[in-house]
Amino acid sequence: MTKTTIPVEEFAYPGSTGCPGCGANLVMRYMLKALGERTIVTIPACCWAVMPGYWPSNCLKVPLLYCAFEATGAAISGLRAALDVKGVEDVTVVGFAGDGGTVDIGLQALSGAAERRTDAIYVMYDNEAYMNTGIQRSGSTPWGAWTTTTPVGTSHGFKHESKKDIMAIMQAHKIPYAATVSPAFPEDFVKKIEKAKRTKGFKFIHALSPCPPGWKTNPSLSVEIARLAVDARVFPLYEIDEGKVHITRKGKGLPIVDYLKVQGRFQHLTEPEISSMQKIVDDNWIMLLLKESSGT
Amino acid sequence: MRMVMTGNYASAYGAKLARAEVIAAYPITPQTSIVEKLAEFVSSGELKAKFIPVESEHSAMAACIAAQTAGARTYTATSSQGLTLMHEVLMWASGARLPIVMTNVSRAMAPPWNVWADHMDTVAQRDTGWLQFFCRSNQEVLDTIIMAYKICETSGVMLPAMIVEDAFILSHTSEPVDVPEQALVDSFLPAYSPELKIEVGKPMGFGSLVKPDQYMEFRYKAMLGMKEARERILRVEQEFKHIFGREHGGLLDLYKCADADVIMAAAGSVAATAMDVVDAMRAKGMRVGLARIRAFRPFPHEEFRSLAGKTEGIAVLDRSFTFGAAGAMFTEVKSSIYSCQKRPVVKNYIAGLGGRDITPKILEKIFEDMLVVSKRGAEDEVEWVDVAGLPRRWR
Ligand SMILES: Cc1ncc(C[n+]2csc(CCOP(=O)(O)OP(=O)(O)O)c2C)c(N)n1
Ligand code: SF4
Repeated sequence: MTKTTIPVEEFAYPGSTGCPGCGANLVMRYMLKALGERTIVTIPACCWAVMPGYWPSNCLKVPLLYCAFEATGAAISGLRAALDVKGVEDVTVVGFAGDGGTVDIGLQALSGAAERRTDAIYVMYDNEAYMNTGIQRSGSTPWGAWTTTTPVGTSHGFKHESKKDIMAIMQAHKIPYAATVSPAFPEDFVKKIEKAKRTKGFKFIHALSPCPPGWKTNPSLSVEIARLAVDARVFPLYEIDEGKVHITRKGKGLPIVDYLKVQGRFQHLTEPEISSMQKIVDDNWIMLLLKESSGT
Repeated sequence: MRMVMTGNYASAYGAKLARAEVIAAYPITPQTSIVEKLAEFVSSGELKAKFIPVESEHSAMAACIAAQTAGARTYTATSSQGLTLMHEVLMWASGARLPIVMTNVSRAMAPPWNVWADHMDTVAQRDTGWLQFFCRSNQEVLDTIIMAYKICETSGVMLPAMIVEDAFILSHTSEPVDVPEQALVDSFLPAYSPELKIEVGKPMGFGSLVKPDQYMEFRYKAMLGMKEARERILRVEQEFKHIFGREHGGLLDLYKCADADVIMAAAGSVAATAMDVVDAMRAKGMRVGLARIRAFRPFPHEEFRSLAGKTEGIAVLDRSFTFGAAGAMFTEVKSSIYSCQKRPVVKNYIAGLGGRDITPKILEKIFEDMLVVSKRGAEDEVEWVDVAGLPRRWR
């Protein structure tokens, strides 16, 4: 069996204005390695709208189409339609949005694009909050996390709602391919993006993106934390290929506290609260195993 | 070929003749038959285009923006709630300098719900950087769509355009319309080929972040584009006339204004009625005229300035109202002529909101009022016409 290797060619120059240790930087970098030069990336308002640099700079070797915050799904549909009508072939159309731009304000356009079966890859880099505007909660912020709009305070506040399951939402749209990826596992990452590129229709990629300022973590630990998320099964790596769930990496099954303790945003949690989080993670993992074994 | 058709079909035929390549639209009364007709054209193969059935008007405009950035000629149509939902992306389209053409079937804003003619939706978008053309007839709708692409796709302009049809009065009323031969339209309107478009191999950002020391220059250039549009509108209309034998009056369509004591300024379908009223009143010896605001953006400031010295009064009819101020056409007309040496009296008449009929009788009464007011000045600058409970009777 041949081992997958990560393409050596770089499509991201040094000089992105992202923070040190930004997971979203790695997500873009690995994604472009897998997709190559014949790619157009659509970016709504989010950290990545700023990271390529001020006009006229662009730290990426592919063209970028910026769009309004909630419009990514519509923009990729329009872009694909124009390329089709002009007979431009072999171009991968990508929508590259944050979690807020995907699960909240952009959900309508995303759903529309998926239902229309737009031939494009939609990548949600999930830093689990609105980071560009300064760490406010999003629908993708996990239960228990501190953000500036879920302040801990004296009443022991934090986010009391659970994270929206965007993969389930996408699965319900019956799209041909959806996968979760992590910058800690680049081979699995690249393989999945390559598969998405080969697949016709609407593809969805959910990429975990550690964010040192937002998660209150040490920038040198971003890859480690992304690995812990998989090993603690908080963020399992799997794909949904033509509706069938396939777990691509089982992870070590570490206790969730290993993942939480390195992040400032979870420091306020009590032991019982951590135990209840553990229970939710365990239940979700069992559900995922069941889905895999039952072929759904 | 002469065909009897509604304003909405005139829009659809206009987009088809202009060979729109990507159409993204969302239904709303009374725009629906435009989209249905275009969907039919595309599915029958009569129009080689991609039709994107989007899930909202915001997405319709966002999809057009993306498609146009990739070099496709795009078209959409909407009305009222749909237009105002698009507000953010309307600004995006003009800021990105994309010559998208759209029909807006001008309709009242809710609440209360009302699907009839009213210009509030269109007027509320006047600051978005779009050219705005109000039409008087279905023929004008069709012709203006074709002209708009040519005006807007000029490298010095590169701004989007909105073609305005009054709800039901034009959108659903059939009139004979001359539908020109495709070959003739092709000879008038070349294929869209922008200097810049997004394409692989050219890693540019379209719509990237700029600093304070760069932003103003982008806006300044858009301002120059709108200025250039003034000239282009006039020039393109002359070219259009040369090929098709018709014209619609440039930015300000003047009817019997040369010797008029008082002039009515109005936009949209009411102008057709007003022309008849002008004729009838002139037959009775009253020297009245009509200045039809065809382009609301760019506004015909210069045209109004040259009218200022020649008339005693201008009655501005607004089919919308800007709360806390006055009718938008009125404020524009007044500001146009403010610095003229000789200024006529200007008065604002708010009428026809939510599709209320503006009858010939009402227009006549406005002219009569203006003939009086022009001599002694207007006490009330803004008068609401034909509203229950107000002292003046209009019918
Ligand atoms: C319509 C609209 N509302 C709000 C904003 C402000 N805004 C810009 S980026 C952003 C947060 C983006 O969050 P997310 O999508 O999670 O991406 P991230 O910043 O975390 O990378 C917000 C709220 C906007 N640009 N447009
Ligand atoms: S705030 Fe977070 S996501 Fe945004 S650039 Fe910094 S590290 Fe990356």
